[in-house]
Amino acid sequence: MDSGERDVSEVVLKGSTVTATEAASRSAVLKRLRVTDKIFHGLTRTAALLVLALLSGVILSLVYGAAPALGTFGFGFLFDESWNPVTERFGALAPIYGTLITSAIAMLIAVPVGLLIAFFLTELCPPVLRRPIGIAIELLAGIPSIIYGIWGLFVFAPFMQQYVQPFFIDTFANVPLLSTLFAGPPYGIGMFTAGLILAIMVLPFVTSISRDVFDAVPPVLKEAAYGVGCTTWEVFRYVVLPFTRVGVIGGFMLGLGRALGETMAVTFVIGNAHHVSASLFAPGTTISASIANEFTEAVGDLYTSSLIALGLILFFITFVVLAIARYMLMRLQMRAG
Amino acid sequence: MKFAKITLAATALALTSWTAHAIDISGAGATFPYPIYAKWADAYKKETGNGLNYQSIGSGGGIKQIKAKTVTFGATDAPLTGKDLDESGLVQFPMVMGSVTPVINIEGVKPGELVLDGPTLANIYLGQIKSWDDAAIAKLNPNVKLPKQAIVPVRRSDGSGTTYNFAYYLAEVSPEWKAKVGVNTALQWPVGIGAKGNEGVAGNVAQTKGSIGYVEYAYAKENKMIFTKMINKAGKAVAPGSDTVQSAAANADWNSQPGFGVILANQPGDKSWPMAAATWILMYKKPEKPAESAEALKFFAWAYSKGDAMAASLDYVPMPQNVVNDIQKMWQAEIKGADGKPLYSPTN
Repeated sequence: MDSGERDVSEVVLKGSTVTATEAASRSAVLKRLRVTDKIFHGLTRTAALLVLALLSGVILSLVYGAAPALGTFGFGFLFDESWNPVTERFGALAPIYGTLITSAIAMLIAVPVGLLIAFFLTELCPPVLRRPIGIAIELLAGIPSIIYGIWGLFVFAPFMQQYVQPFFIDTFANVPLLSTLFAGPPYGIGMFTAGLILAIMVLPFVTSISRDVFDAVPPVLKEAAYGVGCTTWEVFRYVVLPFTRVGVIGGFMLGLGRALGETMAVTFVIGNAHHVSASLFAPGTTISASIANEFTEAVGDLYTSSLIALGLILFFITFVVLAIARYMLMRLQMRAG
Repeated sequence: MKFAKITLAATALALTSWTAHAIDISGAGATFPYPIYAKWADAYKKETGNGLNYQSIGSGGGIKQIKAKTVTFGATDAPLTGKDLDESGLVQFPMVMGSVTPVINIEGVKPGELVLDGPTLANIYLGQIKSWDDAAIAKLNPNVKLPKQAIVPVRRSDGSGTTYNFAYYLAEVSPEWKAKVGVNTALQWPVGIGAKGNEGVAGNVAQTKGSIGYVEYAYAKENKMIFTKMINKAGKAVAPGSDTVQSAAANADWNSQPGFGVILANQPGDKSWPMAAATWILMYKKPEKPAESAEALKFFAWAYSKGDAMAASLDYVPMPQNVVNDIQKMWQAEIKGADGKPLYSPTN
């Protein structure tokens, strides 16, 4: 064995006392280590590539499954409201509409409330309350979505039907735009109720991420602002929010991703009707709710294929949302680093 | 060589021990008859040692599974057409009956108090009758205090044989329903909210004031839901139940459709419930595994002869004896093994 295989440090440590046999055994050990390392390296790479393979497999099978529907209906699939298993004419407009509307309602409510909670926890909360509220928020994130669904159907929807919806319908009956937005009859369940349930589910995401980024604001900035006489609102609006803008948007996107894909809770309270309706109280459907409801009993190739096509559309929407979130978080890290 | 011998011996051993033990009959399909199939299977296993493995994956799934030949029999609530049966080499026969019943949630109205007729029910689900105090409903119910409340129609969001039977009846009594909506296990509903499964519809009706839904009668009865009476083809108001379903079955002409595929909707007879419904079994005429099919037929014959009381205890309605006789004649004539001999004979 050539002594050139020996490590430099070894030579330095042992100096000239190194014998030929010792060197040989050492280089054998080192070689073995190198081989183990190579195997380990290979394993990690395979595991990582496996994810890529899985992802492309999912995309390919979605495209393959969706091909009959997309081939039959073409791009019109995206803009067709009808969903008729009898005549086998399918369109994705109602599920896409429902998905976007419920998510929009959820974000409209969850983001302001989440930001307020996060600011309260980081700036104004007495230390005694900070832990209980923080833990409560995290517990909210841990509740399985089916529980939200059951609670939504059995407790929340009857409450909405008897008190909230009649109030909205009566109050806005003569206001031009709002009267169409809140048109009856009060069913209890519908897109508005689904949006509210989603808001509760998304709230922990928005809150905990905002709390983390608010904590990252250098105290000196806030103290300086207070020092020159800013009010708490002004500190929040002009110091904390601008500093953490990108992080907050990242949290927003993660919450949106959850809202778009949420299935069980929405299925319980949205009404599962393939209609595009101007009224928020009307029943609607979302992409994931349609798939969950109909896939097992879908008869006929075109029906099944249309549901898979819905899955492909949802995959695409979520992918775009997550990509934007990644990009925002990356910009935040670059700025912080 | 040695390996081959061992494998051969092991296979032979496995085969003998398998046949010596018991053949497990496998079936998949409709969820509606699942409780009674499970109960029959349990009793049958105790009596004969032969088990039945039935997966209640839904009628659509049952049809897919039998066509893929992964199960001995498929089960469906919506019968296949004669053409479909011929093309796929399947036979079809009804196993047990039940009924679809409207359920409502109106303050102060008790079970069986409200009476509806077919056209009114169709118009409610078409969205043309919007309030409970509508003249069409009031005319049928002079003695019931009807609130001025919006009607919330609830229906299945998943494909279902229950929906098929319900829609079939509405299409029979309402030309507009037939033209606008049609009949299938899933529909494009003009109005209303969708819920998954009988339990979903029941839950939504229970939670929503002013709602109406449709569920299996057994389900409505066990959950003490507020069912309605219906005006039948003879013009009489009848309540859902085993007697009115039996009347519908007795008045039906079972041989008028291939594979006994008669939908029991809107049958004649003073006592007939207009939405009675049968559920069917699908099997191959020339099965790839004749032994298993023969066992399945034995099980079905056993269920026809000894399963009536069990069916009644779960609010299912047994098939009339003359129909059972016809079915068993059909088995002998149609279902055959590789040697061309019938797989079923009434003696064994």
